[in-house]
Amino acid sequence: MSVLVKTERLHKEFGDITAVDDISLSVGKGEVLGFLGPNGAGKSTTMKLITGFLEPDAGSAEVCGHDVVGNPRAAKAVLGYLPEGAPLYGDMTARSFLGFIAGIRGFDNGERTSKVEAAVDKMGLGSVLDQSIETLSKGFKRRVGLAQAILHDPDVLILDEPTDGLDPNQKHQVRSLIREMASDKAIIISTHILEEVEAVCTRAVVIDKGRIVANGTARELQARLPYHNAVAIRVDPDMAGAVREALGGLSGVEKVETADKQNGSVLLRALPKDGTQIAAAVAAVIREKTLSIQELFVEHGRLDDVFRQITSSDKGAGHA
Amino acid sequence: MRNIRIIAKRELGAYFGTPLAYIFVVIFVALTGAFAFYVGNFFERGQADLRPFFLFHPWLYLILIPAIAMRLWAEERKTGTIELLMTLPIASWEAILGKFLAAWIFVGVALALTFPMWITVSLLGDPDHGVILASYLGSFLMAGAFLAIGSCMSALTRNQVIAFVVAAAVCFIFVTSGMELVLDFFRVWMPAFIVSAVSSMSFLTHFDQIAKGVIDLADLVFYLSLIAFWLFATWIVVEQRKAA
Repeated sequence: MSVLVKTERLHKEFGDITAVDDISLSVGKGEVLGFLGPNGAGKSTTMKLITGFLEPDAGSAEVCGHDVVGNPRAAKAVLGYLPEGAPLYGDMTARSFLGFIAGIRGFDNGERTSKVEAAVDKMGLGSVLDQSIETLSKGFKRRVGLAQAILHDPDVLILDEPTDGLDPNQKHQVRSLIREMASDKAIIISTHILEEVEAVCTRAVVIDKGRIVANGTARELQARLPYHNAVAIRVDPDMAGAVREALGGLSGVEKVETADKQNGSVLLRALPKDGTQIAAAVAAVIREKTLSIQELFVEHGRLDDVFRQITSSDKGAGHA
Repeated sequence: MRNIRIIAKRELGAYFGTPLAYIFVVIFVALTGAFAFYVGNFFERGQADLRPFFLFHPWLYLILIPAIAMRLWAEERKTGTIELLMTLPIASWEAILGKFLAAWIFVGVALALTFPMWITVSLLGDPDHGVILASYLGSFLMAGAFLAIGSCMSALTRNQVIAFVVAAAVCFIFVTSGMELVLDFFRVWMPAFIVSAVSSMSFLTHFDQIAKGVIDLADLVFYLSLIAFWLFATWIVVEQRKAA
């Protein structure tokens, strides 16, 4: 796997605020890296450093082997960037705007038209090409921004909150587009929507207060949760004792706890030893003893919980 | 060159894509004419020249040019498009030059549209066309200097109103620096060579020379180097304060 984006100990301060603190990461071809973090964590600043909009106070960033500070033009030529909020020249039509971008990207005449057409096709902008951008809906504006970023078919794509403010259909569309393009590019997207990481990213880094506090696949991040692979079983209150006893006898089960009591049902949760899979064993013992239950499911640990756990400093900082 | 051309083309499109361009041109042409006829006593003087017309250009530029220049960079900052522009594979000086040239061409178009004045004076008498041509050139160069100052002030802020006010103030200093009133202020506490330096910066003095039909190399160099200086200042500001 060839590394297309590489940062080494990036550091950036604004006044006495440290926005980016010692961020080193590399993204290879075929990877979609998710930057995850609360607002103000330093995701956008890190992207601005990689795209060469800002210069780091220390450390370096490379895009396709070109140092962003030393050789900005070469680095910028091979990357496509969607800045936060997808800023666009509102008084231009989508067509003239994309034509302008294509011109700057070095395409002329026929090639220019064909590049614009290809990007327009991909983003489904055909119907609004001759409208001025400021009159477009938020979804279309975002798509114009994306079209601008992918127009020259760059090796590296950096998208700052590409689905922010889009409706569920548009989000789905953008995500499928990112997945489609992923195979021959290195893509970095930032988001604070966790489902997005599960949906499109091959890997995620969690950034908090300018530092990388976690790095791994969505699954690996989930595995850090205490309830990972726990089995939850909802039963009638009078069955609770028997089920609890049956589960407690299994070798893979660490302990059984009562997670929730509602009118008419009790939710039991069996915690595995060392995060192992216990669902099959639990199901088997229930079938064997013919215990009646209402429902049974495996808890993966929601990414939301991981996120809260590692980015809220007052609570659960010890787990990070 | 290619990038400068593409950026200038986009900027020019932006001028003419909004009512701004048309309003500016109409007001510019109307005001230059009005000043020439009513304040400059164009007819009453009984002379076939355009002195009363060009006389008021520095004062009109004082208000109108900062209005053109204020959006150059402040708007990019405000809307965030500066981030888009500066992450394209261009150098920032290309963007600065492209934007400046577009604004200058635009003002040039407005200036060219005052040609009925020239026709009028030619019909009424027999003016010295060389002087008039020189005056147009001088006016155009002076407009460029105003624009370069405005471009730098616009790069300093994301607020167009601030950009306008500050640019107008700086331009005012340059316009009036040859006047006794201003020079007296400096004479009190500055050595003589600084006073003469201040007075030599005057737009009015240099413009007057050209408007008389005397195209002195020194005056051309004055305006061109002023443009170069302020564009360089713009470059420093843009480089230093991209994210501000």
